[in-house]
This record gives sequence, C-alpha cells and structure tokens, in this order.
Amino acid sequence: MSIFLDHHSKIIVQGMTGSEGRKHTQRMIMSGSRIVGGVTPGKGGQSVLFEEDPVPVFNSVRGAVAETGANVSVVFVPAAYAKKAVIEAVEAGIGLIVCITEGIPVADAAEFYSLTKGTESRLIGPNCPGLISPGRSNAGIIPANIAGPGRIGLVSKSGTLTYQMMYELRDFGFSTAVGIGGDPIIGTTHIDCLEAFENDPGTDAIIMIGEIGGDAEERAAEYVKGHVTKPVIGYVAGFTAPEGRTMGHAGAIVSGSSGTARAKKAALEAAGVHVGSTPSETAALMGEVMRSLRVS
Amino acid sequence: MDLYEYQARDLFEAHGVPVLRGIVATTPEEARAAAEKLATPIVVVKAQVKTGGRGKAGGVKLARGPQEAEDRAREILGMDIKGHTVHRVMVTEGADITEEYYFSLLLDRTNRAYLAMASVEGGVEIETLAEERPEALHRVPVDPRVGFTRAKADEVVHAAGFAPEIADEVSRVLVKLGEVYAGEDATLVEVNPLVRTGDGRIIALDGKVTLDDNARFRHPGHAEFVDNLSTDPLEREAADKHLNYVKLDGSVGIIGNGAGLVMSTLDVVAQAGADLPGSPRPANFLDIGGGASAQVMANGLGIILSDPQVRSVFVNVFGGITACNEVASGIVHALTMLGDKATKPIVVRLDGNAVTVGREILAEANHPLVTVVDTMDEAARKAAELAAAAEEA
Repeated sequence: MSIFLDHHSKIIVQGMTGSEGRKHTQRMIMSGSRIVGGVTPGKGGQSVLFEEDPVPVFNSVRGAVAETGANVSVVFVPAAYAKKAVIEAVEAGIGLIVCITEGIPVADAAEFYSLTKGTESRLIGPNCPGLISPGRSNAGIIPANIAGPGRIGLVSKSGTLTYQMMYELRDFGFSTAVGIGGDPIIGTTHIDCLEAFENDPGTDAIIMIGEIGGDAEERAAEYVKGHVTKPVIGYVAGFTAPEGRTMGHAGAIVSGSSGTARAKKAALEAAGVHVGSTPSETAALMGEVMRSLRVS
Repeated sequence: MDLYEYQARDLFEAHGVPVLRGIVATTPEEARAAAEKLATPIVVVKAQVKTGGRGKAGGVKLARGPQEAEDRAREILGMDIKGHTVHRVMVTEGADITEEYYFSLLLDRTNRAYLAMASVEGGVEIETLAEERPEALHRVPVDPRVGFTRAKADEVVHAAGFAPEIADEVSRVLVKLGEVYAGEDATLVEVNPLVRTGDGRIIALDGKVTLDDNARFRHPGHAEFVDNLSTDPLEREAADKHLNYVKLDGSVGIIGNGAGLVMSTLDVVAQAGADLPGSPRPANFLDIGGGASAQVMANGLGIILSDPQVRSVFVNVFGGITACNEVASGIVHALTMLGDKATKPIVVRLDGNAVTVGREILAEANHPLVTVVDTMDEAARKAAELAAAAEEA
C-alpha cells in the first residue's frame, strides 16, 4: 500500500513537450509510472516518442482526461504560466496535481491553492520534487533507483534531503516518499501526509523532514501528539541559518523568534518525536524503529 | 525583497496612497537642499535602513529649517542601527498629527491566504501591541481569489473601530494600499503609523513593503530596488553568476545541491566544529541547484576559494538530477584554472546519480588538495578539522 499514488494512477504531464517535461517523463516511464498523455496547448494531436512508445499530446487537461481517464497531473509548465495550468487541472477534476515548477509568484500559488479547497483535487507543491511510491508509481523527479518499496513513509520539504534519507534507509524501503516543497504556500502539508500515512496499512513508521521558516513543523508536532499512533522520527535543517536571510527555498527564512530550527525541534520532541541531529543519525533512529517493529 | 521606506513611499504615491513629500539625501548638503526645496517650517530627517526601531535608535529627528536638517543628517548618516549602516536619509515635510493608526496586509502562511491587520492604536511597536493588548489589533482574513476589495476594507475599518467621521476616508486609503499589495506582488504592505492630520487627512507616514522575488518577471521596474550598497562583494559576484549564495561568518566553505541538503550541511559542519579548537563554522551557504553543470560547479568553487575567510571547503552532493561526474569535472576544472592560486583543502562527498564515474574522475585527477570521504558526517568532520588546523598554523 501507499498514499496518494499507486499502480492504478494514470498520469498526464502538463508541459511534456518542453525539455524538462520530456526528460522527466522519460524517467517516470522508466520507473514504471503509467504516463497516459501530455498536455501542451496548441500541440494536441501530436505524440512524443519515449523509447519506441508514442505518448499522445492533448490541447487541454479536460481533453486528456476524457480520452485517457487520467487522475494525476504532473506540472512542468514554466512559472509564468503555471497558475493557468494548475487551475486548468483543478477545473478538469484531476484528483492529484503535482506542481514541480519552481519560482512561481506566491500570489499565484495562494490563488490556485485556494481554488483547490472544497474540491476533490489534492495539490502537491509547488516547487517540489513530487512523490514516489516505489515499485508502483512515480509522479515527479525523485530518482526511482535510490530505494525500493518498503514500509517507511517519508514527508519532506526538501528534495535532496529526501534523496539523502531514502539512500540512508534503502535497506528498508518506502511505502511513499512525498516532497511537499519549501515555498511559503504549498498544497499538501506535513499534517496531510501524517494523516494519510497513519491511515495507510502499508506504512509502519513515518519520517518527517522539516526546515526553517513558517510554523508547519510546530503544527505537525501538535497533530502527532493528538492523532498519530505510528512511530515518527524527525529531522530539521537550518540551525545555522541567520535571521532574515532566505536559504534557497523561498519559504526558508527565520523572522524574529518564529520559524527557527530550535523551536521546531523542541516542538517535535515535546510531541514524542525523536529528532536526529544529522541526516545519518536520523536514519539510524529510523533503522532502530524498523528493526524493533520486525521483532515484535 | 524588503524595500527602504523611501521606495515604499514612491510605490504608495504611484498607487494613489496619500503620503508626505519626501526627498532622499546621501550627504548633509543634499539634506539641506532637500529641506530648502520642501520649504516647510519643520522637516523630519529619517534614516533609511531595513530594520525597525529607528526612532528609538535616534535615526529619526525633527529639524527647523535647512541648517538644522543638514546638522541632523550629519548625525544620522553613517550611524549604525542594529547592524545596518545608514547610507541615506529621507527628508520629509512635517505633519500636524492628531491620531496614529496601524494597518498591514500580508501573506498568512499558516492559513495559506492573506491577512489584514488594523488598530486605532498605531505608532507603537506592533509586536508589543499584539502581545500586551491583542484585543486592540484586529485581524481580518482575505481570500486570495477575491483580494482586498472595498467591502473588505470597510470590514477592517469597522472591526478596528475607526471613528465614523473618518471611516470612509480610511477605507479609501486602505483600498489603495491593497492595490499596492496586489499590483506590485507584495507579500507585506505595512503602514505604521497611518495618521490623521489636523486638517482631517489620512496619510501613510511610514511604509514597509516586501516584494515577492519570484514575481520579478512581471515587474521589470522592481530591478531598480535591488540594493547594491549593503550587499557583500562575494554575494554580488555570486548573483552575477546566478548562484544561490549567502555569506556567513565562519571558515568552512560549503557547496552542495538543494536548499535543504545545503542547510543540513551547514548544521552538520557547525556541530562537527563545535568541540574543535576555534570552533570552525560554515563560511557560506551555496546551493548549485538541481542538474548543475561542471561550469556551475566551477563557478561556485571559484567564489568560495576567493573568500579570504575560508580555510577549508566541503563539497557535499547527493546526485538526484545533478550528476556526480559533472560535479567532479567542475572541481577538477576549477582547480586547473586556479593553478597555484588554489591553496585551500577541499573535502568532497558524492553519492547518488553517476557517483562511480564522479569518484573515478577525482581519483584520476589525484589533486593534492582534494580528499574524498564516503559519508556526509565524516566529511563534515574532516572539513572542520582542516579549517581548525589551518587557523592554528
């Protein structure tokens, strides 16, 4: 089992005919994802060859859904046009929209996120690596060869820390790893993933990676305290980040006393989450959890 | 990007928000000329720094006439306010203030929407007000799809309890401030104080604006707000090369891929250095991003090695999209270019995409300054030790 994404997922790629879209569509196909089409306005009726297999291109998401029954869209559309693309996916009733594009104005993200509220559409990202349910499906840019299927659930703001952690825990494998993105406004939060992992019979333990900025980790800690019975291991990046400087991610900024790594770590520990001081130590803590679960 | 007050004032004016006349000066003589031009009995000389609490620090002063304006500017220019050197002052006309209010419109990350805040008790530090008298600060959520409309402004004015005789005018000004927020892609528009004058006008006496850097592509005019005075020279060079670099105060240069992994690398290095002599800390944040080429890597290494504070360098890459062979080639390329000028030891940890080829490239080059270490924790330790040893020598 897995969360949000499984072998039934039928994926379309918005922006598949662009260079990034094409490259990553190829990678997704190689890792076993069912890519049923691409969407590029004005290029409908064409197809793109991946190895020997043609993948059809549609003018609109609605058209692609009608033809293919797609229920997932991965968005590689450039930042200036991403809002339009995501809104189109929501209006076409796509159940899972994974927005990889980085550099989207926060007003655009605020607008399309608020459009998803009250609909069946789940938005992941923007500015995220997407998610992978190893051995089942891969929607985004997480390399499929880092780790295979298993029973750890992972949620992270950061792409490369996701890869690092998957690599460290490759002997155990993952039900699903979700990169939720580090922008100030994102569609799916730590809490959404914690809830889904808690309810997923295929997940035994959860690893949660956070970073400075905002209060998402503090709120996730509250959620763990009240709602999560499975073991949760945490990691927080950004202890050495100075106040008032953004560290790469638009959301990674410490302002005043809020959003510091120290505060996040303290909140998680108060909720009973073991927090590692380095990625390797965090992975080792998770390794212990998984071994003890096997024994019991 | 945070704006200076004078830049915020200009944006306000462009959107029809009532502001006072103000002229920027970088020398006492210019401040004098500004006061002459304004020709009001009283002017105010205000330090232009991107931090709060300037008034308390002595960075805002009244002046009666041009001579006093020049004298006050002489005192304020060059002053240090919370680590910010004052390079400019703004000279504004004096105002006959009868009441002070507070208003802000900002991105609310927690609720993933916008938030308007207002109080009829302005002029004080808003953090203090929020803490001591939270009931005096009114918060009204704003739907990003609807925006800050006249109806929303009326709701804010009503909630905050503005006097009926000024409610309409305040509401009108708030709508204009909302236009600044939406029209300029701001993530914060704050006015403290918004004032009522003796003749009944509502004026934005101060302004704090943060613009969304991601929206720069649709605001070519925002490029002029980029601040070159207070930017570190290495940061400027990195920006020219489109590198995501932040200068810090330690001695271990850091290069990695991905914001999260680089932040984590800084932490791991700081931890490793904590119990070493001189406690070496990270010298910078540098994220070469996803899918970086050898050239990007070489540019990054060039900048780190030219930092005189750097004693050792740690290259920490987990190749997802980034290929380790490109990173390795970039290191070799940069060292070849620098020749004898490269003198600082470089610790490299590579994993992930094309790691075998990457390590082979480094092994083949066999450069005396480069040490390849298998794990992130061990590599951080090694880099910190090398920095501590160089510091002692």
